[in-house]
Amino acid sequence: MAATTSVPGGAASPVLHGRRRTWRDLPVVHQVRQSVGVQRVMLVLGLLLTGVFVLAALLAPLLAPYGFAQIEQDQVPFGTLQAPGGAHLLGTTQGGYDVLSRMLWGAQTALETIVVAVVLSLFVGVALGLVSGYLGGWLDRVLVVVADAVYAFPSLLLAIVVSIAISGGQSSKWGGVLAAAVAITVVFIPQYFRVIRAETVRIKSEAYVESAKVVGASTGRIMGRHVLRNATRTLPLIFTLNCSEALLTLAALGFLGFGIQPTSAAEWGYDLQRAISDVTAGVWWTGLFPGLAIVLAVLGVTLVGESLNDLADPRLRGRRAVSAASGTVAATSVVPGGTLDAAAGLETPEGQTDGGDRR
Amino acid sequence: MTLLESPESTGATVVAKPEGKSSGGGGFGRYLLVRFLLIIPTVFILVTMVFLLMRTTGDPITAAQGGRLPPEQLAERIHAAGYDRPLLVQYGDYLGGLLHGDFGTTISDNRPVTQVLVTYGAATLELAVYGLLVALLVGIPLGMLSAYVRDRWGDAVLRVFAILCYATPVFFAGLLLKLVFAIKLGVLPVSGRATTSTELNLQLLEGKTGIYLLDAIRLGDPAAVVDVLEHAVLPAVALGLLTGGIFLRLVRTNVIGTLGTEYVDAARSRGVGELRLVRKHAYRPALIPIITVIGLQVATLLGGAVLTETTFEWKGLGFQLAQYLTARDFVAVQGIVALLAVIVAVTNFVVDVLAALIDPRVRY
Repeated sequence: MAATTSVPGGAASPVLHGRRRTWRDLPVVHQVRQSVGVQRVMLVLGLLLTGVFVLAALLAPLLAPYGFAQIEQDQVPFGTLQAPGGAHLLGTTQGGYDVLSRMLWGAQTALETIVVAVVLSLFVGVALGLVSGYLGGWLDRVLVVVADAVYAFPSLLLAIVVSIAISGGQSSKWGGVLAAAVAITVVFIPQYFRVIRAETVRIKSEAYVESAKVVGASTGRIMGRHVLRNATRTLPLIFTLNCSEALLTLAALGFLGFGIQPTSAAEWGYDLQRAISDVTAGVWWTGLFPGLAIVLAVLGVTLVGESLNDLADPRLRGRRAVSAASGTVAATSVVPGGTLDAAAGLETPEGQTDGGDRR
Repeated sequence: MTLLESPESTGATVVAKPEGKSSGGGGFGRYLLVRFLLIIPTVFILVTMVFLLMRTTGDPITAAQGGRLPPEQLAERIHAAGYDRPLLVQYGDYLGGLLHGDFGTTISDNRPVTQVLVTYGAATLELAVYGLLVALLVGIPLGMLSAYVRDRWGDAVLRVFAILCYATPVFFAGLLLKLVFAIKLGVLPVSGRATTSTELNLQLLEGKTGIYLLDAIRLGDPAAVVDVLEHAVLPAVALGLLTGGIFLRLVRTNVIGTLGTEYVDAARSRGVGELRLVRKHAYRPALIPIITVIGLQVATLLGGAVLTETTFEWKGLGFQLAQYLTARDFVAVQGIVALLAVIVAVTNFVVDVLAALIDPRVRY
């Protein structure tokens, strides 16, 4: 919170006027141009990994050599625990599935789930945060306490409970995807809620909101047009960071057996759970590949999120890049695991740390 | 019913409390009190949520024994346990029980939930402490190093390492560790908390704590201590790396932040070397946020413990929770979740108080 409040009103300048927007101002393009050196490498690497993940998800039907639940071809069974090579590039599992195919199809399941989850939590969280922050009163207090309670709790446990409540444990593909997505949503709503609420409370006292009130704009209009537009600045950051958490939560649900049935969709977490017993027998390919898929997908998304986060925070941006930075700088650092500088010591006035060459 | 009222009414008053926050002042005692009272609605909300969510799937007995008992017997047992009463009455009963420290009896193995919590809680506590130790040992030194070489390749490598720690699910890290150290190299045990013989000796120990390391030390058998520690290495590393990456990043960010402050500039102008600046001047204030984040990480550690324990068959609360979930034993699940909610709420309280003691600006 400290970072948000420390910036004197200037950073909250409403929609840019008087400067033509070009493709260079597009969200990600702008950041790639803004970054330098190591930071740029990390951002580009993240974008590449994320791109591969999304492509694998979209093109899974074309890329995968077999179906995700296929165990035989032309009446010939694949055989179980085949070592990598030959007809099965990455081997087969205990259940006789092709590892490579399940890896690719798993990307599709993961993408579907995180899109549903993040979109749901974005809408609900933003709406609640906006209403709560703008209207205030008892509703605000109750929502804050509930959001804090949910936020503090181990998210995985909550997700498990919600997913059982929704699916009853057994699930078809879309049932499973939806159950997992809603479970993830419940966990993430508080994060969006907190950020949007904090921004709303700050923006509420800005002069342009006051003047809108004086002019006679309705509450709905002020909230939608004046507050919401300016409160969403930090959303892309939380959005990317949440995608990675969503991926991990989905995998963990699958690992514990509360995800999607193996015959209705491929899911990396489930495959890893199956692989735990294989490991004891020295079989490495059934666990290594789905695990790597999770790590690379999360790594890609996190690198993008982290880089965007750092670039938005003048204290973390590469020092040489400061001169290249435009005047519109988001002052909030959003990092998974909590607001890092919430506690102490970092209320440095921004100008002080911006100085390019300190040495 | 009077029992039911108390948490609700306290909840309402506390909800109103934060209002005083903006007015400033109040002093430490008041802050302590307000912060302490906030534990109650936190636990209350979570327990209520879990209770209601679990009930949307039906009553616990049908859920647990649905396929196995004939309908008449099932109805009889449901009636005996009182699950055919209105939901609100059951809820009141449940809360009343909780206030007395009575968590009910598990359905699948018919044990008092309190006993389950005590037995397995010790194991989870032990694992969580090991995990936290690994996390701090990895996170703090590497984070300082990363801040020292910031924006150079060493920094990039460390940061990617931190993100990798975060991006690797505990169970995958566990699987890899097992594969390398237990199977290929054969230097560490695959799973469990101790070998069977050690475990038996520890069970027989008089007045055992359930924390194997302490028990083994009290047993006075060096072989048992080594055995217990060997079993703890892989789970602790798997769990610790998850949080370690977060600490690394946190220390880095904060050291870089404090490096820009005036007193560090002053020290620099006096000719203090950059390494010494990081080690002596910048890192102490940067450690304060760590305390706060440890509080948040307790939740992550507990969540991670469920996965770590399942991966390594470490018989703690998380392992048990997964078992009970699979058996649809909702009484046990509610009990474990309620305990975890209390632990999380209390840790957050302790952490907030510590943070306020260290930095007066945090106080309401």
